[in-house]
Amino acid sequence: MKITQISVFLGNKKGRLATVTKVLAEQNINIRSLCIAETENYGIVRMLVDSTDKAIAILKNNDFVCDKTDILAVEVPDVPGGLNSILEIFDTNNINIEYAYAFVEKKHSNAIMIFKIDELDKAINIAEKNNITLVSADKIITEL
Amino acid sequence: MIWNEKAEKMPLKELRSLQSKNLISLVNRMYTNVEFYREKMITAGVKPEDIKSIDDIVKLPFISKMDMRDVYPFGLFAVDMKEIEELHMSSGTTGKSVVVGYTNKDLKIWSEVMARALAMGGVTNEYSIQNAYGYGLFTGGLGVHYGAKEIGATIIPISGGNTMKQLSILQDFKPEVLTCTPSYSLYLAESAKEQGIDFSQLNLKVGFFGAEPWSESMRTEIESKLNLKALDIYGLTEIIGPGVACECEYQDMLHIAEDHFYAEIIDPETGKQLPDGEKGELVFTTLTKEGTPVIRYRTRDITFITREPCKCGRTSARMHRLMGRTDDMIIIRGVNVFPSQIEEILLKIEGVEPHYQLIIERKDQLDILEVQVEMSNKLFSDEIKNLSHTEKRIEKDLYAMLNIHTKVTLVEPKTIPRSEGKAKRIIDKRII
Repeated sequence: MKITQISVFLGNKKGRLATVTKVLAEQNINIRSLCIAETENYGIVRMLVDSTDKAIAILKNNDFVCDKTDILAVEVPDVPGGLNSILEIFDTNNINIEYAYAFVEKKHSNAIMIFKIDELDKAINIAEKNNITLVSADKIITEL
Repeated sequence: MIWNEKAEKMPLKELRSLQSKNLISLVNRMYTNVEFYREKMITAGVKPEDIKSIDDIVKLPFISKMDMRDVYPFGLFAVDMKEIEELHMSSGTTGKSVVVGYTNKDLKIWSEVMARALAMGGVTNEYSIQNAYGYGLFTGGLGVHYGAKEIGATIIPISGGNTMKQLSILQDFKPEVLTCTPSYSLYLAESAKEQGIDFSQLNLKVGFFGAEPWSESMRTEIESKLNLKALDIYGLTEIIGPGVACECEYQDMLHIAEDHFYAEIIDPETGKQLPDGEKGELVFTTLTKEGTPVIRYRTRDITFITREPCKCGRTSARMHRLMGRTDDMIIIRGVNVFPSQIEEILLKIEGVEPHYQLIIERKDQLDILEVQVEMSNKLFSDEIKNLSHTEKRIEKDLYAMLNIHTKVTLVEPKTIPRSEGKAKRIIDKRII
């Protein structure tokens, strides 16, 4: 149930993000989700795409520093407290979240939360025990 | 005021004859006692007896900073260690410094030339001197200290840094003289302003500023902000420390103590001596020094020399304030830094590529050195905290070696311009 995310290092300068989206678009890579963590001087672009290995190869060919990271995608009920109930379960079980971001499903009204967690296998285990719906890579690529 | 009328107003003919006598003695001492220089002379095919007057100095080989580093630590010493009373080291890294030793006579020469410099700014035994140059292996602090003692002035050995204490002493002890780097003087002025301290209420009359390059516009700023007369003082550890040359009250170029330090200007490419008035590399010979004397030491500083008489009556040659460097050494807050040193440290860190750039800026009167390092796949992480940890780690390694704080910034690969041949490593944005 792990999903592979691509992260790319970018200088915090005008037009840099577009250089990434351009090379991916030219090779027909579809970006399913994207978020940016930024500092004064640089940013890290994190994204889910439909063809991870191909995208990595394209980016490396274009001199971007990038890497793959395993993350967890969780379906979050679109009701008040929906996210909170999930975070409480992680918290009770001492799962530390390094970062998180969200996007919205197209077909349903649920949100998808992406979590970067160091103890990923433990988190998957706990999610399954507590009836948290994990989203598979296939689903992200094809259905959402 | 002229501290040593006889020396400082010596007629040229008499000076040349004194210099000739001392050069002959120096060459003999170096040939006998300093192995690396003897070898240099043999390679150059010159014998001590070929040197008959100061004009023959052009026959002698140069000494470079590299030569000095090669014989670290004591290869420059021309006397037995029991004659050495004090050791100093040039600023820069720990591993590649130049060690100099002072005999009792050398310390007397140093005191003498520093006393001459201080007297050029009117310092007498009635003045007190707030000496904010660093004490220690750096020659700045103790050099001024010895000159002040020679004059009999009251010395306040506060050393560098500790700005709040500097300001309270300026107010409470009311010294007439301030000695520090020019950039630090402006930093003091800024801090004083924040504290509501008015320099016109203090007692400062004169300041001796050196150890880093500065300019006329900076002088104007220092003089108006600190309400004193700002004089440029020049010196370098390899020669003796501060006191090699200094401006007099007319602030019209720096008087060289040339009875002790013979100055030449050479073409840095060909090594040929250039006539007065022509800009080139400054070269010094320490005619009278015993411990670690040098012959034709190439300072890499660019300037020119004049023999036009100065209004003050001193007959010594004068050098223009520094106009540049022949190498890529940078001076940050009084510390000499070579890009090669930074490169060496960076390349020891796993994942760091040999692509980096140094950007120097002056913010709030202090020099800031930014080290831009290109990101690599090995350094990369998808978490900001890991990247900033990497930056901090590089900063720590640089500090450990260079003893200056830097700001390390990770940049995208291939964003630092590549060049054929010598890479442009330094962008100096300081306006001085």
